[in-house]
Parts: sequence; structure tokens; C-alpha cells
Amino acid sequence: MIHLSAAQMAAQLVSGATTSVELTQAHLNRIASVDSDVHAFLFVDNEGALKHAAEVDAKRVAGEKLAPLAGVPLALKDVMTQKGIPTTAGSKILEGWRPPYDSTVVAKLKANDIVILGKTNMDEFAMGSSTENSAYGPTHNPWDLTRIPGGSGGGSSAALAAFEAPLAIGTDTGGSIRQPAAVTGTVGVKPTYGAVSRYGLIAFSSSLDQAGPCARTVLDAALLHEAIAGHDPRDSTSINAPVPEVVAAAKSGNVKGMKIGVVKELNGAGYQSGVRTRFEESLELLAAAGAEIVEVSAPNFEYALAAYYLIAPSECSSNLARFDAMRYGLRVGDVDGASAESVMNLTREVGFGREVKRRIILGTYALSSGYYDAYYGSAQKVRTLITQDFNKAFEKCDVMVSPTCPTTAFKIGEKSNDPIAMYLNDIATIPVNMAGIGGMSLPAGLAPEDGLPVGFQIMSPAMQDQRMYLVGAALEAALLSKWGAPLLSQAPALAGK
Amino acid sequence: MSSLSRDDVANLARLARIEMSEEELVSLSNEFTVILDAVARVQEVAGADVEPTSHPLPLRNVFRPDVVAPSLSPEDALSGAPAAEESRFRVPQILGEEA
Amino acid sequence: MALSYDDVIAKYEPVLGLEVHVELNTKSKMFCGCSTIFGAEPNTQTCPVCLALPGALPTVNEKAIESTIKIGLALNCSIAPFSRFARKNYFYPDMPKNFQISQYDEPICVNGYVDVEIETDEGPKSFRIEIERVHMEEDTGKSLHVGGATGRIHGAEYSLLDYNRAGIPLVEIVTKIVPGTGKYAPEVAKAYVAELRDVLRSLGVSDVKMEQGSLRCDANVSLRLIGAETLGTRSETKNVNSLRSVERAIRGEMIRHAELLNKGERVVQETRHFQEDTGLTRSGRSKEQAEDYRYFPEPDLVPVAPDAAWIETFRAGLPERPSIHRKRLQEAWAVPDKEMAAMINADVLNIVEATVYLGADPTKARSWWLGEISRIANEKNVAIADLDITANDVAEIVALVNAGELTDKLARQVVEGVIAGEGKPADVISKRGIKVVNDDGALMAAIEKVCAEQPETAEKIRNGHLPAAGALIGAVMKETKGQADAARVRELLLGHLGQI
Repeated sequence: MIHLSAAQMAAQLVSGATTSVELTQAHLNRIASVDSDVHAFLFVDNEGALKHAAEVDAKRVAGEKLAPLAGVPLALKDVMTQKGIPTTAGSKILEGWRPPYDSTVVAKLKANDIVILGKTNMDEFAMGSSTENSAYGPTHNPWDLTRIPGGSGGGSSAALAAFEAPLAIGTDTGGSIRQPAAVTGTVGVKPTYGAVSRYGLIAFSSSLDQAGPCARTVLDAALLHEAIAGHDPRDSTSINAPVPEVVAAAKSGNVKGMKIGVVKELNGAGYQSGVRTRFEESLELLAAAGAEIVEVSAPNFEYALAAYYLIAPSECSSNLARFDAMRYGLRVGDVDGASAESVMNLTREVGFGREVKRRIILGTYALSSGYYDAYYGSAQKVRTLITQDFNKAFEKCDVMVSPTCPTTAFKIGEKSNDPIAMYLNDIATIPVNMAGIGGMSLPAGLAPEDGLPVGFQIMSPAMQDQRMYLVGAALEAALLSKWGAPLLSQAPALAGK
Repeated sequence: MSSLSRDDVANLARLARIEMSEEELVSLSNEFTVILDAVARVQEVAGADVEPTSHPLPLRNVFRPDVVAPSLSPEDALSGAPAAEESRFRVPQILGEEA
Repeated sequence: MALSYDDVIAKYEPVLGLEVHVELNTKSKMFCGCSTIFGAEPNTQTCPVCLALPGALPTVNEKAIESTIKIGLALNCSIAPFSRFARKNYFYPDMPKNFQISQYDEPICVNGYVDVEIETDEGPKSFRIEIERVHMEEDTGKSLHVGGATGRIHGAEYSLLDYNRAGIPLVEIVTKIVPGTGKYAPEVAKAYVAELRDVLRSLGVSDVKMEQGSLRCDANVSLRLIGAETLGTRSETKNVNSLRSVERAIRGEMIRHAELLNKGERVVQETRHFQEDTGLTRSGRSKEQAEDYRYFPEPDLVPVAPDAAWIETFRAGLPERPSIHRKRLQEAWAVPDKEMAAMINADVLNIVEATVYLGADPTKARSWWLGEISRIANEKNVAIADLDITANDVAEIVALVNAGELTDKLARQVVEGVIAGEGKPADVISKRGIKVVNDDGALMAAIEKVCAEQPETAEKIRNGHLPAAGALIGAVMKETKGQADAARVRELLLGHLGQI
């Protein structure tokens, strides 16, 4: 039953064909069997998950009205606080920390009676594109355990691809939901900025971070999207408007007459050839489904990466200042005669990994007096230009598309010594975060040269997330026809214990 | 070509309260030469007439009414404390002056 | 050799800059819903936001915005149509996020002014203090330094932190530089802080108690040779906890700067701490190695763009300006300028007004507060506000004197008793058995007794030598334990001796 979609699991729960306890146990068994190879999870909450599952079953038996995904299990990226459950953000500096409060996303999951199986691995503080920056060891791509599952949310996507969970929550700052989805053959969505509350999302880059749904199908992602999105008075940057009807859009999948804009600057030139092949094929399928393919241009996209690697480190250098060994988290060096300052300095040196320190220093520099205008200030201007590019382009089309990332999953260790090469993984995903609009990645097939998954990215204007789901569903249906079975059925079976 | 010397990095590490090793200072200094070149590109298009964006959404005036909400219990507040005494967070001797 | 203040002002002129922080009296904190009630048990008024737990986000207190706008309007500022919060980044254990949410280049109020009047050798003079900006920020937690000699930070072994006060709303009011005060710099500064305090009190946005820290003043002083154009190096003085300290601190800093400059030494740009006991300042953090605060717009909060109509509702609701209020009182009470200035200087105007409001005659109210009560305060070397006597008490005493139940002399005893903590006027009267002897019969008995004891003096009076009456009146007062009304005694005595 772990190979079903979340929607199918929900249907079985409603019909009584299975119970949440059975479903949860099946997933916990799967995790116990394969996670020593995949390492998607940092913490598995056996007791809590089964307890909640039992409560949901009891409510169902008592005839209570339950949310659509009630009783379905989910994996939670370890960047969201969950009360009483270890939350590390993939860092040593928070090893063992148990938050005294739930993030709003977790509160909504609980209110929807979605069963949280555990916390998934991630690049430390969401900084990375491979999950190799986790202080707790990398996650392995279920398609090929020697390869990265993408990052920063590699754990969530790998958990889906390994059938350890049918649903997952990720967060996306420059592509951290979408790029892992692409390289693991799963679906990942970054909603419009402000659609999902950031209260309880351990901040990396406040003006770019956004939590979103991850799943194996577009409809599942839509169902999860509706469960977690919505205005939150605790988050001042939260959108105060109704959640768009993404489930209806996902069920419709009717793209007749829609204009699909191929971004000239992100059309795959220079990308891995299999990535281009799959991208072009997807365009043909969408055209066959009745959409019109048009070319649009976004000349400032070429500056997006540079601007991102100024804005995100700047904000993170400030957001991570709170990890100072005074109130929570790691404390080292607290010996006789040590000062608060020395304890702080040593703890941060030891508690933060290399990439995190690199970005903190870069961010500190970009904000420093005398350099602000040239770096951070200029990057904020590039942001305006990118938003203007999107606005202009969306006058000509309903959604924009591109390959999600330039390559398929690379080998663990292959790019970890070359920061710039690593940063290039996000070249197609970053513009979406810069403008605050919506972005989705769904599987487009496998690259012929290496048999690894390729992702197709759909971008929709701010507050029009339903368009991504509409186009995504259409493409998914067309591809399913072509493949005959979901893509993940082609993934090698995991040996497991 | 923009670069940061080892001493520049050391100053930044001091500002960021990270006690870096000599090896880290030198290697970061080297890395930044490449990184800064890459990011400095933003200056090419950041003209004087372009407004900076600090928030993606055009939200304004988001306020909270002046109403008291429940606080954490002191046990919860102190639950993560590396050291605590008499319901307060205990920290090693502070050298610097209060601002 | 120590310079005198006169030496200093003969050669130099001071330039001032004053930064005042006001704690707002909102019910909840600036960026979260925790209570702001003072004196709670440690860490009982904290939450993920004000503790800066990972994942927490700030939300802006609407009342704090309103209060700040009111303050700006009352200080004649323009309210910015668009303002933003900014992060001021530095590390300190009492500041949980290791940045403070404040405002940087886009404050909510700009370009205002305050007019103050002080007494000079040439009579009252008015000074206009220009206000650069008014902005919002948040307060820090409180640290207890344990193990050191004096509970201060130096030599402490460790510190204990309470974050109840972290996140309390603060408004910072910053003046433009204030030149041209000459020798009156200390008085002008004091008058400015007093005026600010009165304005803020009348707005009802803060309880503005300097001694409790809800109104804090940092004084910046620099000196330059008289007539010079360029500014001298300034020092900033903190820990100025009363109006009197503002005056003393500035005077002290002017002398200290002059002594250095006279010796050819440099004034160091630094933060200094005022010491109540000596009136001098102690060196603190050097500002020359200024921390780079790396300000940038706060991404977790959206800009504030108050609409003009909303601002106008506040302008319409502003209370009477203290200076207008004072003029009105002066007219109503028919008080000459000098006396008005004396009341303001002694900081008794408010309490006199309160006493009058409770029914006392303005002249009587004034004479009690400015006279006897001031005298006692000076003797004890405390401020009048610190004495245990209230407007109610004084109003009651005045009423008792009017009703003839107390004489002025007895009233003074009651005042002393109330201040000494013996209770309310009624308690003091009953405990000490204070009673005016009104009964003519009792008075006559005393008078007759005294006349019998001093027949020669009585005879002098019978013969028209009235000044001699004093001695007999005194004796009657003694006889009645001071509880007779001296005027009545005189009347009866003279009557008895045939003089009226």
C-alpha cells in the first residue's frame, strides 16, 4: 500500500479498506527497512505517529467529519519546528533541541489529522543543493544510492521516492523543493511567497523562504497545499486572501488555449542533453493537449544567481546570529574563566558547517558599511528588474516553463569542493524566489544517457498558484499515458533490510 | 578583481562572532576572490533609477492589536537553556559593555 | 587644576545632542503579545518571538504605532508617508536575536521641534530645540551580574538573564545638534527633557518616570572655541536618571572636555556613564572602534504607510500643549512669571495643579508646595516627588485650615507628620492630638490665668502699650500647647484688657 498515492490512501481510509494505524505502521516498517541506505530521516517518531494515527482512526469510527488527508502519513523537513520533537535544521548547533512550540505548518498538519512520521534530512540551515551539507551525513538518492537526492530538501524528496512517505513538507529558498523533486522523480511546489506561513520555519533567507508541498503526484501536492496554505496573523508577510483552488485545478488539467511561455534564457542551452530532450518532449505533449507554446524573454535572469548569492547570505548572516549558545542549542568552551564572547565564538565555529560559515561571512561583508550599496543594495535592484521581467513576460503567457535544473543527480562528493559549480544547480529555480512567484517541478521522464530523473519546471504569477497545478496535471497525465505507469515504478527496488 | 584578504576575512569573522582557524581564514579568502567576482555582476544593471525590492509582496501596514497573549511557561522558555539558575538563563561572564 | 564652570564658558561654547528613549505603556510588547507588566517573576513573560527561538517572527503592535505618531505630532514632526523597520545587527546576550529591530534611514517621524523657556540673567529666554527624528525600536532583556563586587559587570563571574523586558516598545527621540546655548546648556537640556516628559505624560503614552527607566536620556556634548565653525569631538553620557542629573552631567562633561582641551589633549569619542554620587562620568565603551551595525530593511515586517486621514484623527485628538496649558494656569491663578518659573524649576507645577483641582486655593497650594514642603525636601536631600505627601493630603490640610480646624502653625505639624510616615492628615491629627482650641471659654480661662501670672505685663497693655501683648499671647499659646489660634487669642486678650 505504500506505493499508492496519498489520494488513493485517503480513499482507502474513507472506505475502511485500511486504517491509519495500518498505513502508518506500513510506512514505519518501510523506513526501518530502507532508511539505513537512504538516510532520508533524522528522527522517526514511531510512538507519536502511531498514537496520532490511532486517534484519527477513533475519530473516524465515531463518525467525526475529517479533513481530506486525515490519517495519511507525512515526512517533515527538519527545518520546521514541531513541539517536543528534535528539530535540528541539519545542524550540529541545534543537536538535541526540542522546540517548545509548533510551527504554523505543523499546527495545520495536526489540525488536518495528517500523521507526521518524522523529520527529514536537509542541507544545514537549508543552504545547499545536494544535502551533502547536512551535519548528520548526506541522504542518498533512491534511484542510485551513490548519488545526491538534491538539496536542500533532499530528505523529503528521497523519502517520497523511496516510498517511505506519500507526502512531505519542504522549504524552498532558491530551489530547495524543486531541484530535489527534479532529481528524484517526484513533485515539489514552492507556492507564491506568503501563501504558507513562515512562523516556525527556521529562517535562512526571510524574503525568499517558503514552505511547500512535496508528493509523488500533482493531485497529492494540491491536496497538501490546501491543507497548509492560508493567512497567518503570526507572520506579517503572510498573504491575506483565500487559498487558490489548486485541487480543482489539479483535477481539471485542462490546458486548452493556455499560453505557455518558454523562457529564452532558461531554455536548456548548455544543460545536460537528456535534460533538454525531456524538456522539449514535454513541450510537445503540452502542445498536443491544446496549449500554445510561445517564446518569452527575461534578460535580467542572468543576474539572478549573483543577486541571490548576495541577498540570501546577507539575510542569513543576520538570521543565524541568534545561535549564540546563550538560550538554546550547542554550548562549547564553557570552562573556568571563559567569557560569554569566547563561548559564543567557539560554539559558532564548531556548531556551524563550512557552507554556513562561508555564507555568513559573505553576507556580513555584503551588508557592511561601505559595501552595502555595491552588493546588497545592488542585488535588491536586480530583484526589481527580475520581477519586472516576469511581469512583462506574463503579459504574453499564462505560465512560464523551463527545465528545473541543468543536470540529473550527480555523484555524492562530485561538486562538494566547488561552491560555484554547486550554486549553478539553482540557476533556473532562483528567479522564481527572487520575484516571489509560484514554481513547481514535476517528473518529465528519465535522461537517456544515465537513466536518471529529469524535472520540468512550471512558473505561475504571484497569487495564481492554481495555474501551475493545471498545467502540471495536464503534463502528468500525458506523460503517464506515454509511460504506462508512474515514473517511480522504473526506479530500482531498494534492497532494504 | 575583487578580493578579501585573510585579514579582511578575520575582521568579518570577528563581526560574525565565529572563531575561525587560520586554515579557514586563508581558504575563505581564496574562495571569495571567485565568488565576489561572480556576485559583483549585479552592479552592471543596478542603475540609479532602479528601486530596490526588499519585500516581494506589496503589503503595507500589517499590525497586531495591543492585546496580551499567553506567554510560554518559564519551564518551556528555559527548556533549551544550556545553563539556568533561579528561572534565569545562566551565561558566562560578559566582557563587553551593555550598549 | 580643576576649572570652574565660568572658566569653561569664558573660552568655549558647548554643542549638545540629546537622545531620549521612552518606554511606551502598551499592554503587550512591541513585536509579540507578551505582557508588559513590570515586576513579574523572571522569564514568565516570554515567548518564541521575544526569546528569539528559531523560526519565530515579529508582528507590530498597532498601539505602539499610534503612540509614536502622536508623539511625532506633539513634537511638531512630519509623519513619514512611508517608513520601514530595519535590523541593527550586533551581538549581546541581553538581545536575543543579536539584532535589534529598529528604524534606520526611514523613521516614522522627522523634522520637529520643541520650544523651551529658561531663566537667564537677562530674564526668561526661549530656545528652540530641533528634532531630527522619532523612531520605534525594542528594549533588551535584563542581566544580573553575579559574583563581582558591586553587582556590576566588571569582575562578575557569570550573568543571569531575564527576558521579560526584551521586546518592550521603545520610542527614540533624537535632536539635531543644539548650538547656541552658551552657558545655559545644562539648563536648556534639563528644560528640554522636562518638556518632553510633560508632553509625553499629557499624551498618556508612557508613565515617563526617569528614576524607573521609562524615560532615559543620553546626553551628547562637545566643545569648541567661541566663534569657531567646526564641531569639537563629542562624548555620549548614559545612565542619566533624573532631570537634575541631566543638568549635572552636561555641566560636568563641559568641564571635563575643557580641562582636556586646555592641556592640549584630545577628547576621546566614547560612551561614558554618569555617576550619581560624584556627578562625574566614567569611561565606558570607546566609540572610535564603532561596531558596524550592518543595517538593512527588516524582511519579516512590511513597511508602515499611515494614511493621511488616520494621522489627522490623531492630530485632532492631541491634548493641550504643556506650554499653552501652563500659560492658561498662570492666567487663571494670576501668578507672576518669576513664581511660575520657580514652580516649574522645582517641578511642582503638576502637583500644585492637582491640589487646586481638589479644591485648594491656588495661592495656598503654591505656598505649601513651594514653601514648607520644598524646604523639607531640600533638608532631606530628596526630590519632592519622593516625599510621602500627596496633593490630596495638602488639599485636605488647606481645607482644614480654611475651616478653622487647624492654624497655619498646626498645619505645618500635620505636614511634617504625613511626610514622616505617620499616615494621612486625619491620622496625624488624631495620633498627635492636634486640635485647635476654638472654644472661647477655654481661651478666656487661659488668658485670665496668664494675666494673673504676669500682672505687670497685663497692666502695660491696659495702659495702651500694645506690643507687650506678644509675650502674653505666647504664654497663652504655651498654656494651650500651641493649639490656640493666635489671632483669636490676641483678639480676646485685647478685649479682655480693654483695648478693643
